[in-house]
Amino acid sequence: MDDKPLNALKIPQKLFDEYQNLPGALLPLLHAVQGAIGYIPDDAVPEIAKNLNLSRAEVHGVISFYHYFRTSPPGRVRIQLCRAEACQAMDSASLEQHVKSSLNIDYHQTTADGTYSLEPVYCLGNCACTPSIMINDQIYGQVSPQSFDNILSDLTIVEKDQG
Amino acid sequence: MNKTVYIPKDFSASAMGVDKVLAEFYKEINKRQIEVEIIRTGSFGICWLEPLITIDVNGVRIAYGPVEESDVASLLDANILSGGEHPLKIGPVSDIDYIKNQERLIFHRAGFTDPLSISDYQQHGGFKGLQRALEIGSKAILDEVINSGLRGRGGAAFPTGIKWKTVYDTDVDQKFIVCNADEGDSGTFSDRMVMESDPYLLLEGMIIAGIAVGATMAYIYLRVEYPLSAEVLGNAVQLLYEKGMLGKNILGSDICFDVEIRIGAGAYICGEETSLLESLEGKRGEVRFKPPLPAIKGLFNKPTVVNNVVTLASVPVILEKGGAYYKDYGMGRSRGTLPFQLAGNIKQGGLVEKAFGLSLNEILYDFGGGSASGRPIRTVQVGGPLGAYIPESQFDTLLDYETFAQIGAMLGHGGIVVFDETVNMANMARYAMEFCAIESCGKCTPCRIGSTRGTEIIDKILSGENTELNLNLLDDLSTTMRDASLCAMGGLTPYPVMSAIKHFPEDFNI
Repeated sequence: MDDKPLNALKIPQKLFDEYQNLPGALLPLLHAVQGAIGYIPDDAVPEIAKNLNLSRAEVHGVISFYHYFRTSPPGRVRIQLCRAEACQAMDSASLEQHVKSSLNIDYHQTTADGTYSLEPVYCLGNCACTPSIMINDQIYGQVSPQSFDNILSDLTIVEKDQG
Repeated sequence: MNKTVYIPKDFSASAMGVDKVLAEFYKEINKRQIEVEIIRTGSFGICWLEPLITIDVNGVRIAYGPVEESDVASLLDANILSGGEHPLKIGPVSDIDYIKNQERLIFHRAGFTDPLSISDYQQHGGFKGLQRALEIGSKAILDEVINSGLRGRGGAAFPTGIKWKTVYDTDVDQKFIVCNADEGDSGTFSDRMVMESDPYLLLEGMIIAGIAVGATMAYIYLRVEYPLSAEVLGNAVQLLYEKGMLGKNILGSDICFDVEIRIGAGAYICGEETSLLESLEGKRGEVRFKPPLPAIKGLFNKPTVVNNVVTLASVPVILEKGGAYYKDYGMGRSRGTLPFQLAGNIKQGGLVEKAFGLSLNEILYDFGGGSASGRPIRTVQVGGPLGAYIPESQFDTLLDYETFAQIGAMLGHGGIVVFDETVNMANMARYAMEFCAIESCGKCTPCRIGSTRGTEIIDKILSGENTELNLNLLDDLSTTMRDASLCAMGGLTPYPVMSAIKHFPEDFNI
């Protein structure tokens, strides 16, 4: 097996070593790969399959089953917008429209400059303070179109500060 | 003695800006050169007052909230460290009606303690259930849990003791405890609050379950949408290992018990127990046929107890105080307490732990204070996205599994999502079908195809196309999905749809 693409994407062999003998290792390994490089490249599938003694179809089947796993690079800022009922009850539909039009992308898309990815999520467990969004691992509650703009501009300032 | 400020570390408090408040406290304390200790606690579940901070004044916790970053300087100016007056002062936490009128058997520590402090946990009654469990052994534990009347809190309400006894009765070398922490239902957050505010409670319940059925290995299947729960629970597991309360020979006994946390990947269906087991085995989360039950052939084909977080968190108090004590709460066949969750368009949203048997009206208006928008409440959806929509005319319904079943509704995990009069019920019905189409595992046809066809039929009804014919077709389709789906996903999706049509026909142009 040619492991060149893996080297290019820097999936460390130690990940495979760590998970190889774990019962039901595929999900933890996929999490580790996505955690390390941000997504699970198609090129990694044969190597993952080989290391866990699975078929490529099995690995592909699992990656495609779960919404969280992605096969293309995410934007630097990953925005998850809750579409579930408790958020809808507080007019998340308006927020959704605003987010899509201000970023000029739809769900499952990344802005052309590679900054923002937008994904739907079905409940963030912040249902008493809705609508909710999560940006990377930070949750925000009672988000209005206006406060969404403020959150993004705060993020931009932080990013600039960090150079 | 140093003064102490207690600041919650909780996902919902974080959503409301507690991290900025914390940073501001550190800044101000530094600037003023005062000796103050900051302790991160869990949340009291009074979400509408978050960020809610408390100060210990002579052993009484005085609450201030909701606190914004810009309030911190004025709070310190007002000498809150000694309980000083301030417009945000609420008074003793335990005197807030919202808390005072609850019956907290499970959540009595939440908000008061540092979730990761083992000594805090013990000082507030922790590990007493485990201690007794170690003394009385498997059979007596099973008796207590069966006698308590505890039923699964994940939604299906299956008697927990019976499930445990089934696993206990199997004679094999390896059994598993699996904690279902894939809390995907909209309007629910009680599992999350257990994990973030009182993680040892869950772990204590799991160890007791292990002793009861003879399992030595446990998995917690935690949804990826809860990063803070993963952090807190992960630390809690680590600390219990260091204390010798997990691993080999727990507390010097001959009991061995290991716990591993596994993270889900955003599939709602993995909250269904057999799908969850498939996922734990590293596969697509496709639902299994039943039988065999997971209690007979579960994870890796071994007998497995699969219990929801709140179910397991209810066990320590049952062991500590006895099944009879727990059974004293509740009504009919719904025994004990349920942490209800008030969500959506509600003025005072949060967690309300009460014995079964209060009415929807009481929880919506006495605790919830009506809608957040101030407009009349039109409907509530109870029990997550698969629960029926209930009209105001039925708000006198008592919160009890059987009473809810009688009106064609479902209590489920106790999540109550509130909608005011601006809601369009046709949109909600359509969304229910759409959600099922997005989240169906695809194994059975009624769910996989039915949900897509259902969405299309509702679209036709909404555009006025052959309304009567399409309503009949939707009714037919719903019956097929309800009766022929493999699991509750396809089987229950018709409930929100048909209840919306039944109670709010005007929204469907009929």
